[in-house]
Amino acid sequence: MKLLKITGLLLLVVLVGLQFFPAGTNHSTTIPATDFVKTFETPEQVAQILRTSCYNCHSNNTNYPWYSRVQPVGWFLENHINKGKEELNFSEFGSYSDRKQKSKLTSMISQVEDGEMPLTSYTSIHREARLSAESKGTLIEYLEKLKESL
Amino acid sequence: MKKTIILLSLALVSWGAFAQHDHSMMTNKSKVEASVKVEHSKSASVIIDNYLALKDALVQEDSRGAASFGKKLFDDFAKFNLSAQAKQQQKEVAEIIEDASEHAKHISENSKDIAHQREHFEILSKDVKDLVTISGSDRTLYQLFCPMYNNNKGGAWLSTSKEIRNPYFGNRMLKCGTVQQEISVR
Repeated sequence: MKLLKITGLLLLVVLVGLQFFPAGTNHSTTIPATDFVKTFETPEQVAQILRTSCYNCHSNNTNYPWYSRVQPVGWFLENHINKGKEELNFSEFGSYSDRKQKSKLTSMISQVEDGEMPLTSYTSIHREARLSAESKGTLIEYLEKLKESL
Repeated sequence: MKKTIILLSLALVSWGAFAQHDHSMMTNKSKVEASVKVEHSKSASVIIDNYLALKDALVQEDSRGAASFGKKLFDDFAKFNLSAQAKQQQKEVAEIIEDASEHAKHISENSKDIAHQREHFEILSKDVKDLVTISGSDRTLYQLFCPMYNNNKGGAWLSTSKEIRNPYFGNRMLKCGTVQQEISVR
């Protein structure tokens, strides 16, 4: 019993200690000219879908939930967002070469079509990020048209 | 007539190589057999070797093999000697290499997901073709096309043979496809 108490206390100390090492925040106040929506003058309806379902992990601006301030959750999120941005960063999309833009659009279309993105692990917590059949259709149709025009 | 076609395609190729933007769109969807001539060069030899090995692995439905050739290709792209290319083409070649490396990396990291490997292989094929068109080749290649891939959007790939061995469907549709273009060495 005493052992349990000591372990519990220790765990608490560690958890509190962790809070002194906050994760970096992915937040920028300005929207750069290379932003996807700015670059292509994306219609608001589609822009809205992108912002709610994609931008949190794929742009320089994350809308953080409260629990992101609790470690180690924050670290996990930071790592996840860094990976997401490395694959595709909507804030920098306009700076990609034509070839890369086209190639990213192709991958975006197939990922959304196959239901691979947004990730289920993400949408299970962020219900609002789930794509309805309708917004999925709208999004794909827009991306296809954009790809053709490049 | 044949001469005109060759001249015309030559003109198209040189225009495309000099234009900064992407020039493969006009060949991508056409189903007519056409030909292009490229310079003789060994600069992309290793890339072609490993690309073809990757293609064969996908035909065999061997996703682990595909992943290992993806890794090799990734290393080949990193070693590609950009400065040996004509100056005015270096920018476009650099963009091709950047894009292609990413696809090779994805293929290497998805040894358990052949569908995902194939998605990246489709874009990679286009990159390798554009690279060879600019940097030259040491062998004749054929661009083959399967109209059924990706919900009938179609997908192209390169091979040293006109014989169809479909890397997108493997055994399920081994012989689905047509010859789209012959890329021969000048």
